[in-house]
Amino acid sequence: MHGNERGIYVMAIQEICRVTHSSRLGDGLYRLTLDAPQIVAAAQCGQFVHIACGEGNLLRRPISICLADGAALHLVFQVRGSGTAWLAARRQGDALDLLGPLGRGFDTQALGARPVLIGGGIGVPPMLQTAVCALGAGASPRAILGFRNKGVVMLEDDFRAVCETAVTTDDGSYARCGFVTDVLKEQITDATGVAACGPRPMLRAVAALAKEAGVPCQVSMEERMGCGIGACLVCACALRAENGETRYGHVCKDGPVFDAEEVEW
Amino acid sequence: MADLQVNFCGVTLKNPVTTASGTFGFGHEYGKFFDLSKLGGIGVKGLTPTERLGNPAPRIAETPAGILNCVGLQNPGVDRFITEQIPFLRQYDTAIIANVSGNTVEEYEDMVEKISDADVDLIEMNISCPNVKCGGMAFGTRPDLVSEVVSAARKKAKKPLVVKLSPNVTDITEIARAAVDAGADALSLINTLLGMRIDVEIRRPILSNVMGGLSGPAVFPVAVRMVYQVRCAVKVPILGMGGIRTGRDIVEMLLAGADAVAMGTVLFADPLAPVRALGELEEWMDAHGVKSVRELSGAVEV
Repeated sequence: MHGNERGIYVMAIQEICRVTHSSRLGDGLYRLTLDAPQIVAAAQCGQFVHIACGEGNLLRRPISICLADGAALHLVFQVRGSGTAWLAARRQGDALDLLGPLGRGFDTQALGARPVLIGGGIGVPPMLQTAVCALGAGASPRAILGFRNKGVVMLEDDFRAVCETAVTTDDGSYARCGFVTDVLKEQITDATGVAACGPRPMLRAVAALAKEAGVPCQVSMEERMGCGIGACLVCACALRAENGETRYGHVCKDGPVFDAEEVEW
Repeated sequence: MADLQVNFCGVTLKNPVTTASGTFGFGHEYGKFFDLSKLGGIGVKGLTPTERLGNPAPRIAETPAGILNCVGLQNPGVDRFITEQIPFLRQYDTAIIANVSGNTVEEYEDMVEKISDADVDLIEMNISCPNVKCGGMAFGTRPDLVSEVVSAARKKAKKPLVVKLSPNVTDITEIARAAVDAGADALSLINTLLGMRIDVEIRRPILSNVMGGLSGPAVFPVAVRMVYQVRCAVKVPILGMGGIRTGRDIVEMLLAGADAVAMGTVLFADPLAPVRALGELEEWMDAHGVKSVRELSGAVEV
């Protein structure tokens, strides 16, 4: 935020953003649209923003970028605790303090011409921007969205507006009954790359399928986070080093997106 | 214009605000938010003789007005710090406070000897990390062990030795006296308070290491109290830390007996916190007619 005559660092973005729209998407699911021109201009798919969530919540909350469109930053999140509950109570005109865009996002180039983009539950939102990016790069993405049940299905129309989209629910209460991997098995044969965000067991299963098919796979990991920029080292993700030993990368800076081959499952 | 300069055991700090080890990495990340030359000093991530991987996740749990962490001293080792990080940090006009941890007296000796020959200004000796199985906190909680490890390290130290104290003791003054009698040039306190959180839904600890160190505003009154007690007990300079958020907090820590302060956990909420707090400190001093920050140290009236 400060100029530096020596030019030995680049500026990081802290932006105070106005809420332009807020809505409820489903059980415990909320969507906020913010006016965030600086962050949107720099945003890449799969990155996140770190949001201050009011007095009483010391730590910021990391929320993935769902869509960066013009000056509008769309965020979709699930209420999990006091921080996200505070966030869910924000309304049009309220100001939010954001750091971002943070982390390493999806590399859509590396996903090839026919990428399959997979979101599970609250891992669905970042795949929307990823689909938009892949499309913009000339690829023909397909999306597979998995949900626990009908009550938490979200963003289906947004995805269908961008690409071919399959939806599954674990209990069959909506669309196809089953898991995202059931659909992936059918699509993997002509896929050039897989990108996924969701619960760890889903990511592990997706990574295993992709590996079996010899298709490159990128996964977006989640971990309890502190600073969000790589200084405090709390959001450790076990990775396999080149020498075969375990090392810890950090979700906020080295991730959240990792090459699935690199992750110690 | 308030005079913020501090002499901390022979090292001139342009102002009393430094960063607390473990919250600031080696400065790269927060250096993208503000000019690191604005700081009085930078306390770098705790170093060990060789690289440490640290503990598995989860390494953090939020608490009311604080956090618990169990990072477990993940660091690249002292040699890589010297070759890779010191040149970066030296681009800035600020004091470098190396922070060293060991498992044995010999490891502390080796670390202190090695870092003494490197281009750092102060050596902070962590004898109080709660997240490392052997050594660490064990040294910091027994006066006889404090005495042994500090006097051994003092013989090797060619730079001012700042001994970082654990608050997880019955009587902090007993430990402080042992450290000073063994040759500590200064003391820093407090390290984190040992704590624990449980996820009641799964009846398991949140942290991978079960327990972790509590920091943040929640510990501030404990830190102020301990700095005050130590100030009354020993004469060496004190680097006060623990939950500082604002310029007023800095004034409070100085009044309690600190000569300089460190800020840490607040950075996670506000990356510009040290710069903001420095501005607040200057404003407070101007508003109260305090010309030099040095007038405030230990000036609490009891």
